[in-house]
Amino acid sequence: MTWPILSVTTFLPIVGVVFIALLQGDEESVKRNARWVALWTTIVTFAVSLLLVWYFDPASPEFQFVEKRPWLGGAINFHLGVDGISLPFVILTTALMPICILASWTSVQRLVKEYMIAFLVLETLMVGTFSALDLVLFYLFFEGGLIPMFLIIGVWGGVRRVYATFKFFLYTLAGSVLMLLAIMAMYWDAGTTDIPTLMHHGFAAGMQKWLWVAFFASFAVKMPMWPVHTWLPDAHVEAPTAGSVILAAILLKMGGYGFLRFSLPMFPIASHDFAPFIFTLSVIAIIYTALVALVQEDMKKLIAYSSVAHMGFVTMGIFAGTMQGIAGGIFQMISHGIVSGALFLCVGVVYDRLHTREIAAYGGLVNRMPFYAAVFMLFTMANVGLPGTSGFVGEFLALIGTFKVNTWVAFLAMVGVILSAAYALWLYRKIVFGALDKPTLVHMGDLDRRELFIFAPLVVLTLLFGFYPKPVLDMSQSSVASLIDIYQRGLAGPKTADAMPVPTMPRTGVQQ
Amino acid sequence: MYQAIVFLPLLGAILAGIIALAGARARHSGYIDMHGHDDYGAAHAHGGGASHGDAAVAHAAHDDHAAHEPAAAGSRAAELITSTLLVVPAILSWIAFFQVGFGGQEARIPVLPWIHSGDLVIDWSLRIDSLTAVMLVVVTTVSALVHIYSIGYMHEDPNRPRFMGYLSLFTFAMLMLVTADDLVQLFFGWEGVGLASYLLIGFWYQRPSANAAAIKAFVVNRIGDFGFGLGIFAVFAATGAVNFDTVFSQAPALVGKTMHFLSWEIDTLTVICLLLFMGAMGKSAQFLLHTWLPDAMEGPTPVSALIHAATMVTAGVFMVARLSPLFELSPTALTVVTFIGATTAFFAATVGLVQNDIKRVIAYSTCSQLGYMFVAMGVGAYSVGMFHLFTHAFFKALLFLGSGSVIMAMHHEQDMRHMGGLKNRIPVTYWMMVIGTLALTGFPLTAGYFSKDAIIEAAYAGKNSMAIYGFVMTVVAAGLTSFYSWRLIFMTFHGEPHDREHYEHAHESPLVVTVPLGILAVGALAAGFVFKDYFAGHGVEHFFREALKFADGNHVLEEMHHTPALIAWMPTVMMVLGFLVAYQFYIRRPDIPVEFARQHDVLYRFLLNKWYFDEIYDVLIVRPSLWLGRLFWKGGDGRVIDGLGPDGVSARVIDITRSAMRLQTGYLYHYAFAMLIGLAAFVTWFTFAGQH
Repeated sequence: MTWPILSVTTFLPIVGVVFIALLQGDEESVKRNARWVALWTTIVTFAVSLLLVWYFDPASPEFQFVEKRPWLGGAINFHLGVDGISLPFVILTTALMPICILASWTSVQRLVKEYMIAFLVLETLMVGTFSALDLVLFYLFFEGGLIPMFLIIGVWGGVRRVYATFKFFLYTLAGSVLMLLAIMAMYWDAGTTDIPTLMHHGFAAGMQKWLWVAFFASFAVKMPMWPVHTWLPDAHVEAPTAGSVILAAILLKMGGYGFLRFSLPMFPIASHDFAPFIFTLSVIAIIYTALVALVQEDMKKLIAYSSVAHMGFVTMGIFAGTMQGIAGGIFQMISHGIVSGALFLCVGVVYDRLHTREIAAYGGLVNRMPFYAAVFMLFTMANVGLPGTSGFVGEFLALIGTFKVNTWVAFLAMVGVILSAAYALWLYRKIVFGALDKPTLVHMGDLDRRELFIFAPLVVLTLLFGFYPKPVLDMSQSSVASLIDIYQRGLAGPKTADAMPVPTMPRTGVQQ
Repeated sequence: MYQAIVFLPLLGAILAGIIALAGARARHSGYIDMHGHDDYGAAHAHGGGASHGDAAVAHAAHDDHAAHEPAAAGSRAAELITSTLLVVPAILSWIAFFQVGFGGQEARIPVLPWIHSGDLVIDWSLRIDSLTAVMLVVVTTVSALVHIYSIGYMHEDPNRPRFMGYLSLFTFAMLMLVTADDLVQLFFGWEGVGLASYLLIGFWYQRPSANAAAIKAFVVNRIGDFGFGLGIFAVFAATGAVNFDTVFSQAPALVGKTMHFLSWEIDTLTVICLLLFMGAMGKSAQFLLHTWLPDAMEGPTPVSALIHAATMVTAGVFMVARLSPLFELSPTALTVVTFIGATTAFFAATVGLVQNDIKRVIAYSTCSQLGYMFVAMGVGAYSVGMFHLFTHAFFKALLFLGSGSVIMAMHHEQDMRHMGGLKNRIPVTYWMMVIGTLALTGFPLTAGYFSKDAIIEAAYAGKNSMAIYGFVMTVVAAGLTSFYSWRLIFMTFHGEPHDREHYEHAHESPLVVTVPLGILAVGALAAGFVFKDYFAGHGVEHFFREALKFADGNHVLEEMHHTPALIAWMPTVMMVLGFLVAYQFYIRRPDIPVEFARQHDVLYRFLLNKWYFDEIYDVLIVRPSLWLGRLFWKGGDGRVIDGLGPDGVSARVIDITRSAMRLQTGYLYHYAFAMLIGLAAFVTWFTFAGQH
């Protein structure tokens, strides 16, 4: 390849932004053109990102499509690259963007131009986050992504949007300040902010602990992990549909990605020592938020809480540190990106028609909306983790990987599997099943062509990855293997000699 | 050929699904176009919806409510497609049955890779051995007959394509279950049939009770799957594989080893078997996890016959048989299996004594018979359990479909107290039901006579500490079975009609309904006699070969043939006793049961309320969960986390800057500012650091 595909993928949306910014004319035509430009930009970006998949060598654990240019006085480089762990997230981002633009086609009527610009900028920042190979660059993308998201919620959001934005802001700020300090400390110690170098640097055990905590503060908020999750339901409830989709599908994944990219390889000893702590929080998240989801009265809140529960499986799998656990965590994140995104779109469909998210306002939609009922059923089942949908594969792998390390954790997490069936089916029943006897619902029309077009790829992917998850699993396999290798070597490496004694991994398999 | 057996029903399900969706959409889009310029259309739609709701509530206790909607377009096409795509696999399955069972042509057919991650390798594949072949025959035969029967039974329903699609989807999932070559594909089929069961129980989605029953079935099954899942994890942790051949070959090496499970060191195989058995308890509605099955009768009757009698609920039994190489090595697990099975056989039979809904009586009977099968599994007589599974599929499907025919004749009345005297109005159905009852109660030479008596003998010959408990319980349950079965026949078909109007209008079902009954009746009469040697006699080894594993010390199949004559005759004696009591109670002195119930009011209520399981679970599990949910939401998230976190902080901030704050842009500037300062500091520092 002679051209930098990764940079093009990352910055192509900015080209779209320029075009939209230059749009002139009467209001209607600006709106229309802004939508079309945004749609085409995201589609072309997606097409370009598919080249990454085409040329990607899944057998190699190395970073690929690497671009490195000196930047900011030579100490910090503009360093991009993807491996099997980040590429799936890049593709997830580029694939979901056209869907988000389409989902906002009619529901957003105010400040359309600005809205589309915010989304395109967000796309650049998200792809940048997943492909940055320099800590400072990563930090810029990672934190910068919050700004368009604040705007999307704060400007195009619901009634309590200011409160939600504020909460979102407070939580993330607290985390990011700590992370910034940690980044400085890392540069101080290692003399570089280059991520591949840092992965093999081997920080002293005592320092790892502090760095781990600082990064954890930021990633845990993003995930979000219990107990710093309360911003998520509010943010989701107030965000416009497409904002919720991006929030659930991609922004939440940055936390998990951060754990994989930084915490495990750079601070292996701390990761190992803190694993029981993560397990505890994960299990609490899974059970606690599932119980909370059972009693929700707002559709979006229910799905938001279920997201927190599902992210609990991800953190649990990642910190199990086993092949299946980590692969399961990654797969669960990709699958949750598709499924929860689709569920928020499902909420959006009825919200666009009735302008309420209250569960009690609905009932019996299947009588009027058969396609909607079918689509919603599929994603409900994927959310429940039914085998044959993508939701099963990630959950199953994360659980089987965790069981080897800690049976208690897997045992308690399985309780969440029961509860998820209870709340998801309850929601479906209240919204879709039953007799259609509310006068407000009589005029509800089924999915129109645009909406079918939005759901079609998500339906296909949910089923495809359920029956044939190989494309995703193969893509990340060797990178995960290499990650585990780095992690294990970090645990046993010479640098740990002066640190506190490392307890051996608690193996709970069969004992002779 | 095996691919055809498994995937043709899937094709049928997809085609029927497309027809159903297209039809539903076409039907509803009319309204949308209409309401813009035709108020009547909208008003009509609304009125229709509301009255429908009322009708659904009023008829909640009935099996069906005749919807006056026109049938969906393509109903006939969907029926023909799905039925044809099941008749063909049914015929192929019988060919396979003889090829595999008697010809020994076993097969492993790889289909696709599924989940490959590190040392975990899971593929889609079909495992064909004698155990599979038996299940293939049961599943496809009953399913094909139920498909055909449904054409008649559902002919008033406007959503037939959807119904047929669900039935075919169920069949596909069940076939994936029985052909699974590893635990995870088994789990796929397991949850897949659960999904189909959920959809079919809730088929009449306008009815609140149907929806509640559907969710209950799914969630209670998930509780079982909780154990199943952990069992799979434990197998993987212990053997490093989940496919049967590898696991079975490693199993003997695990004997006597322990594994760390939760906080204890427990015998590995016992942990694995008990966890997996928990899944079986859920799916097969065994004691403690049985509560969903009677409620599942909310579904249309063909569903009850196919899923909740002949096939899906036997998946648990099949699973234990399939995993016999593991269970055989864990005496503790087998003892538990025996105990649970025996308890269920007795418990469900007692509840069945007093139920008045014709389908619920048969549902409890199913529950009880599944208990019998587990007793056989528990004492190590796997082939005998499979034998009862095989024969039970015929006579229980016959009883359910027969009761469906009764319900049709009675215009969707299910309460037996409103029936009576139907013998002369619907003679074909009557005789079919009698055949089913004879087979169920074990009348000599019928199917149940061979399989059920074999279980009782096996329990007598069994060696584990619960075997004698199993023997006593199954003998007692045999008497109870006979009583409630004949009670059903007498209340429904004999005596005086209790509802004149329904009685007058009762009419015999069409051929499309009665012919499937006839075919099942042949099975109910002959299946035991023809196959007894291969399941419970000397042909077992030749027929099942490696598909079932009998440990070296397990001679139960041999010893059960040497039970004393007195023991061997006991079930038959119990059957006659049950019949006589029922005859006395419901034909000669119909006043006795009423008087009896009044005298033993506490016992009667205890049984009528199904030992109060639903109430106990509600108090112990459902309510506390919701209470906790509310506590965590309002208290945990609201007061504690938000109160101490953002809201507390914000209250302070807002106090100070209330007047300065304008919209969110204010925060944004702060944020951007903080970031800039940070970056500036960072870059400055870099520059200096670089100079050194």
